[in-house]
Amino acid sequence: MDERKELMLYLHVPFCVRKCNYCDFLSFACTEETRSRYVDALCRELRERGREYSGRIVPSIFFGGGTPSLLSPAQLSKIMDCIRETFSVRADAEITMECNPGTVANLSQEQETEKLRGFRAAGINRLSIGLQSANDEELKLLGRIHDYQAFLKTYAIAREVGFTNVNVDLMNALPGQTLDTWKATLERVLALKPMPEHLSVYSLIMEEGTQFAAWESQGKFEGKLQIPSEELDREMYAYTGTRLREAGFSQYEISNYAREGYACQHNVGYWIRKDYLGIGLGSASLIDGVRYSNGTSLEEYLKDPLAGSEEEILTRSDQIEEFAFLGLRMNCGIRRADFETSFGEAWDGYWSEIIRKNVADGLLEEDAEGIRLTDRGRDLGNYVFSQFLFD
Amino acid sequence: MSQIDQSKIRNFCIVAHIDHGKSTLADRIIEQTGLLTSREMQAQVLDNMELERERGITIKAQAVRTVYKAKDGEEYIFNLIDTPGHVDFNYEVSRSLAACDGAILVVDAAQGIEAQTLANVYLALDHDLDVFPVINKIDLPSAEPQRVIEEIEDVIGIEAQDAPLISAKNGINIDQVLEAIVQKIPAPKGSPTAPLKALIFDCVYDSYKGVIVFCRIMEGTVKKGTEILMMATGAKEEVVEVGYFGAGQFIPCDELSAGMVGYITASIKNVKDTAVGDTVTDAKNPCKEPLPGYKKVLSMVYCGIYPADGAKYPDLRDALEKLQLNDASLFYEPETSIALGFGFRCGFLGLLHLEIIQERLEREYNLDLVTTAPGVVYKVHKTNGEVIELTNPSNLPDPSEIDYMEEPIVNAEIMVTSEFIGSIMTLCQERRGRYLGTEYIEANRALLKYELPLNEIIYDFFDALKSRSRGYASFDYDIKGYEQSKLVKLDILINKEEVDALSFIVHADSAYERGRKMCEKLKDEIPRHLFEIPIQAAIGGKVIARETVKAMRKDVLAKCYGGDITRKKKLLEKQKEGKKRMRQVGNVEIPQKAFMSVLKLDDRD
Repeated sequence: MDERKELMLYLHVPFCVRKCNYCDFLSFACTEETRSRYVDALCRELRERGREYSGRIVPSIFFGGGTPSLLSPAQLSKIMDCIRETFSVRADAEITMECNPGTVANLSQEQETEKLRGFRAAGINRLSIGLQSANDEELKLLGRIHDYQAFLKTYAIAREVGFTNVNVDLMNALPGQTLDTWKATLERVLALKPMPEHLSVYSLIMEEGTQFAAWESQGKFEGKLQIPSEELDREMYAYTGTRLREAGFSQYEISNYAREGYACQHNVGYWIRKDYLGIGLGSASLIDGVRYSNGTSLEEYLKDPLAGSEEEILTRSDQIEEFAFLGLRMNCGIRRADFETSFGEAWDGYWSEIIRKNVADGLLEEDAEGIRLTDRGRDLGNYVFSQFLFD
Repeated sequence: MSQIDQSKIRNFCIVAHIDHGKSTLADRIIEQTGLLTSREMQAQVLDNMELERERGITIKAQAVRTVYKAKDGEEYIFNLIDTPGHVDFNYEVSRSLAACDGAILVVDAAQGIEAQTLANVYLALDHDLDVFPVINKIDLPSAEPQRVIEEIEDVIGIEAQDAPLISAKNGINIDQVLEAIVQKIPAPKGSPTAPLKALIFDCVYDSYKGVIVFCRIMEGTVKKGTEILMMATGAKEEVVEVGYFGAGQFIPCDELSAGMVGYITASIKNVKDTAVGDTVTDAKNPCKEPLPGYKKVLSMVYCGIYPADGAKYPDLRDALEKLQLNDASLFYEPETSIALGFGFRCGFLGLLHLEIIQERLEREYNLDLVTTAPGVVYKVHKTNGEVIELTNPSNLPDPSEIDYMEEPIVNAEIMVTSEFIGSIMTLCQERRGRYLGTEYIEANRALLKYELPLNEIIYDFFDALKSRSRGYASFDYDIKGYEQSKLVKLDILINKEEVDALSFIVHADSAYERGRKMCEKLKDEIPRHLFEIPIQAAIGGKVIARETVKAMRKDVLAKCYGGDITRKKKLLEKQKEGKKRMRQVGNVEIPQKAFMSVLKLDDRD
């Protein structure tokens, strides 16, 4: 076992063919030229920042976006080479790439196969495909550039070129969605051969500044396109849990389900507050109790990827709060022993009253090991988490 | 500056309907009498409270002295006394008027006479002031000066043919106004050697000088060292300083004698000792009788004011104390609410006064407040003959002990163009108005006279009036007295517990409607909890309306990854912060603004 300190890597690719109607992530359309300059800037940032952390070992890498699959395999290889030159990547590291069907599917069968094969050759071993819905009408409303057929094609190629760890992203509580259309989406995904190793299921949030938020305020989401009520949303959520359990998945976080051994190590790393280095426009890092965040201006990033970065030294209370509200997202909850290792004391002085109250309200369950959300607690996570913040 | 010839003094005020240009004209007078250069002028010099400027209204009476060199070559001293322009401050207006010898009536050349024009001009005439009109805003495209002149002559019955036609905003014909002040406003009278007799028309508190008393000397002379006596309050102090009002500053002088307007300081620590309307005299050589017209100011509207954060109670007390130093008409006393904890029952001249105090507490003293619905003072006649003046609905005695109740009634005058008469009459009927009559001012404008219960107009009557007349109706009222009325106390129960701070008194006929709306409103205001919450309205234990806040089903963010953590934490913090702004009643958390929600029930149109 390698005793060196770990550092997960996140790389942000802020480019999309078009912005989805619900999306408030940092992303935009761009030219091939910008993309190539961005890859250069990423490599520069990697090398610069890497100097400080060169002794660390990398257990996982995650290419997120935006749409990382807009990169060419050559560009991706360039970045991967740069990572390998800068850090020691563990041999069995989990290396994920987010991939949108539309960004590869408008290529011919051979081109797409070649592209995914190229990604795989560059080192990607986990693919996270943004399907969102198996219903074409819903996909259109979301502003996705693919339809279900395009997804099927991408999925088949992914399997064909050898991806054995595939996640599919889904969304529910969409405007106009009913329990039946949601069940249909779920069934289509579970019918895939082979079945995905991992599913992420998010309920839609109307984020400020998105097209969806504008439509909502314009009253577009009424009548047929009604936004599911809290009650229906929870019905979908509960159904999802039950159905996926039957299908052999277990839930390990509020929105994440995996088959045995396929929980996403990288994301779990965020929730148990492992150190991570975020590279790219607007990315955040957490290293030795300090949170860094990169600037969000593409122009400036391309000029100097290190400029515009800010740091926030997390206080002990900040860290204790994060320990709670991140850790409790996971079904396994938080463990007393981990708290004591991290903070050198027991948590009772901080939380015994809060825990008692939430256990009494049926939102938390407690045993000698630690605490975790109940099913009802998962419905009301924020209500529980906010109580763990200090005054 | 020692000897000032009384015949060269002009003490006057400006009266007008709101927005007819009173403050702008005051600015021009100050500007053109040369005491200030244009550069020094801030717009609206007289309104120096931040809030006044924002609302464009004058809250406290103030005064300024300027020197005018008239066309006859003589220099005249102008004491311009600014008066509050709102019905809430009627008494203060009347005292300011009493300090003057004449008044300028400003009328908008487009809008003509409005309800407050009439009310204010009659008030001025009641004080035997010589009133001369000025037609303002003549540069507006819609100006009809000749029509307005005729209207003034017909309706008010004062000479208006040679009224200056001005634009205060653009400085047109202001010189005519200045000359008219000299010509038409009489010089003050009164003997400088008679026993001192001075009228207090305002006061402010200064942390160095103590209370600064604004007064008009009617008789006699006051200077440093004079031992003065406030005849109504009995306070006695030695004068430390006398002086007059520069623009925005106090300028000390040797003495103030009959006919002059100025200030007195005498290390008076308590503003309650200096009641507006009281007479200041020489303690050693007092005048025989005080000046007429002194009244103890009565609060007409009451509400509970509580600190949002209970720990801020002492801060709220200090702030109220400080505000009261400058505003003797603000009344407060401690009270306790089961729902809201420790706070104060506060009395105000009217709803505007309430809003101003509330805003000043929040703005100047940085307090987060919970305010309960305002109410009026009811007279409760008990079966044992006792009469209670009820300012807090929670203190209503058991119905079995009540013989009958009375509520305050006002005489209201509403001026409106004929097309809106119907809708305004409907509004007055809805508010339990008693129709007294209509007077036509012109063919298409009428003055509607109504008796209305005060509690029907303190919430939102003015807004309703404006919205039903497209902004054209104007409104004025004065208190008529008390009348017996069929009143009930409406209680609100949240999760089966009565919330005292939400109780209010309402006429029996509208109780059901109000109760129903109140429940609907609260249902929207109270966030979902872990459990279902019934909201009920009840009269004497009988439930008349009910709504339910459903149990919370979902409160969770689906996603939370690396870069998002800071943002998500902010959301959680906001959520936690929001909870702090709630009041715990039993096991229900009620947002603070819910306590004001009784106010906003007028969705009837």
